[in-house]
Amino acid sequence: MATPLDSSLTFSNVGKDKWWRSGFFASQTGYVLLALVALFVVMNFASPYFLTEGNMQNVAKNFSFIAIATLGVTFVIITGGIDLSVGSVMCFSAMITSMVMTHISTPGMPGADWFVHLAPDGKTVIANMPGLILLVSVLAGLGVALVVGLVNGFCIAVLGLSPFVTTLGMLSIVRGLGYVVSNGRGSFPSGPEASYLYTLTSGVVFGMPAPFIYLVVLAVAMAVVLHHTGFGRHVFAVGGNEKAAALTGIPVVRVKIEIYVICALAAGLQGIIISGWLGSAPANMATSYELNVIAAAVIGGANLAGGIGGPLGAIVGCVLLEVIRNGLVLAQVNSYWQQTLVGVIIIAAVLVDRLRSRMA
Amino acid sequence: MVTPHDAGLAVLELKGIGKEFGAIRALHGVDLRISPGEVVGLMGDNGAGKSTLVKIIAGNFPPSHGEIRFDGKPVHFGRPIDARAVGIEVVYQDLALADNLTAAANVFLGRELKRKLGPFALLDHKAMAARALELFGELRSETRPHDLVKQMSGGQRQAVAIARTRLSNAKLVMMDEPTAAISVRQVEQVLSLIHRLKEQGVAVMLISHRMPDVFAVCDRVVVMRRGEKRADKAIGDTSPEEVTSLITGAKEAA
Ligand SMILES: Nc1ncnc2c1ncn2[C@@H]1O[C@H](COP(=O)(O)OP(=O)(O)OP(=O)(O)O)[C@@H](O)[C@H]1O
Ligand SMILES: [Mg+2]
Repeated sequence: MATPLDSSLTFSNVGKDKWWRSGFFASQTGYVLLALVALFVVMNFASPYFLTEGNMQNVAKNFSFIAIATLGVTFVIITGGIDLSVGSVMCFSAMITSMVMTHISTPGMPGADWFVHLAPDGKTVIANMPGLILLVSVLAGLGVALVVGLVNGFCIAVLGLSPFVTTLGMLSIVRGLGYVVSNGRGSFPSGPEASYLYTLTSGVVFGMPAPFIYLVVLAVAMAVVLHHTGFGRHVFAVGGNEKAAALTGIPVVRVKIEIYVICALAAGLQGIIISGWLGSAPANMATSYELNVIAAAVIGGANLAGGIGGPLGAIVGCVLLEVIRNGLVLAQVNSYWQQTLVGVIIIAAVLVDRLRSRMA
Repeated sequence: MVTPHDAGLAVLELKGIGKEFGAIRALHGVDLRISPGEVVGLMGDNGAGKSTLVKIIAGNFPPSHGEIRFDGKPVHFGRPIDARAVGIEVVYQDLALADNLTAAANVFLGRELKRKLGPFALLDHKAMAARALELFGELRSETRPHDLVKQMSGGQRQAVAIARTRLSNAKLVMMDEPTAAISVRQVEQVLSLIHRLKEQGVAVMLISHRMPDVFAVCDRVVVMRRGEKRADKAIGDTSPEEVTSLITGAKEAA
């Protein structure tokens, strides 16, 4: 009894939504982006300096300094989790990178012979392939981030601890470790390859700050992963309905561990980039950045209840925060107002979203 | 007497299945055989243990006691995919859908279609949407593959959950109240789907509170009460009145 397939399946009772009421334009990311465009226009009239190339480069560089970490935390937020340890990881990874670099660039230190030796004129020269010292130091920094991510993921996915509590603990643990390993003094990259790090992190490529280029590449990669791979689909499913995800055979535990690792790695990379630009990794670096990062993600439309979010939103959130900060500076508003305004914007963004979904 | 269901190899055989949740004894000493192509109705009052039995067979949690044999071999499912791998498909009572994803994405959740792009395997959105539309058509459901499940009616959501079971060549399909929230026309479609499954030799377990549905499609009806199996009768040997009295406990066993 094969029922013929109803090929003329039509939906007489359901019309198509207006374009502005469906898809991107109906999302929080969409109208925050509109708000951002409006803000650009207003700023352009308010200050002739705003749209100059110098200022735009400045803005691009500054928001790139939190945006990579925001991409990472957006992954976590999509699954319905949270990661409060990103600020501490930024600092710790940066610190380990510069400490390892300093260590292996100092002739006479254990293991350093392999990387450098002392030239007859007393100068330290690279003993091996150029770039190796930088590579090893950056991998060391990312390595500690990886470990932090694995521990977060294990505690949350396997032991079932709450993401908030686990990563709050980790915030303190990792920050503390940073003070321990540097004796509270922080560290700074040194040796023959420190200049490579500076070039890679604060250089300008095609007229754009290098961190901005990294951000764009990573954001595109993230968009592809989220929307066109099985892993991305599973990340959304875990955030939408974790129980259903498990019932349909999605490896929920593995997905969760992976997203905390991704988040920590993004934070680690972000920290290394910041330290290259600063020229040092002070022990109090990136303190409370987790709040800016999470705020940017939420303003950009990531839903803390899980299931919604993406790279464009993360970037839009970061740009909005930076443009407002920049605008307040240009308008010579007391900089203490900045913090207050950021809070107002967070609440306004989610409030608009709530009002909109209630009207729909 | 040799009844059809104990002749030949059973696709599923349960022996003495029991399950405790702390102090709650949800199931106790349940024996059950289902042959290929057989449709068994599982009935019982709220809390009788029907969904618990389904979840044990589907590998959601292990039984506290007893043995499950599938295709003649003892099986221990650690996870739901293990059960799916041997050919068990389930429509869960709560449907197990992710609201933030589209209908097509939900149908293919956990077994997405992919296409190779160099070293990467990317989701094949087109193929999934096309197949999902086909399945919804088969179910006579006006469900659009690209719509978010969040915005769907109860019937459309049910169609999505049922469509999932049609992705693979299952040997046993269990449906936990698949007709609870749908229109008369769609009930017809679900029942005719069950007929088709039966013709293909698929065993079906239908859980329902709707007596007419059970009597329309089932070969046998099994009645559960307080975690125990109280009756297991060929549909021709019983009546809706008898089943009702077994469900309510007015009649102890048959
Ligand atoms: N995960 C669980 N933890 C504790 N108790 C449970 C759990 N799942 C089910 N139970 C209990 O087991 C008993 C049987 O529940 P079950 O869901 O199997 O009933 P049911 O027959 O499907 O009922 P309904 O017709 O309402 O769906 C109930 O008393 C229920 O409270
Ligand atoms: Mg039930």
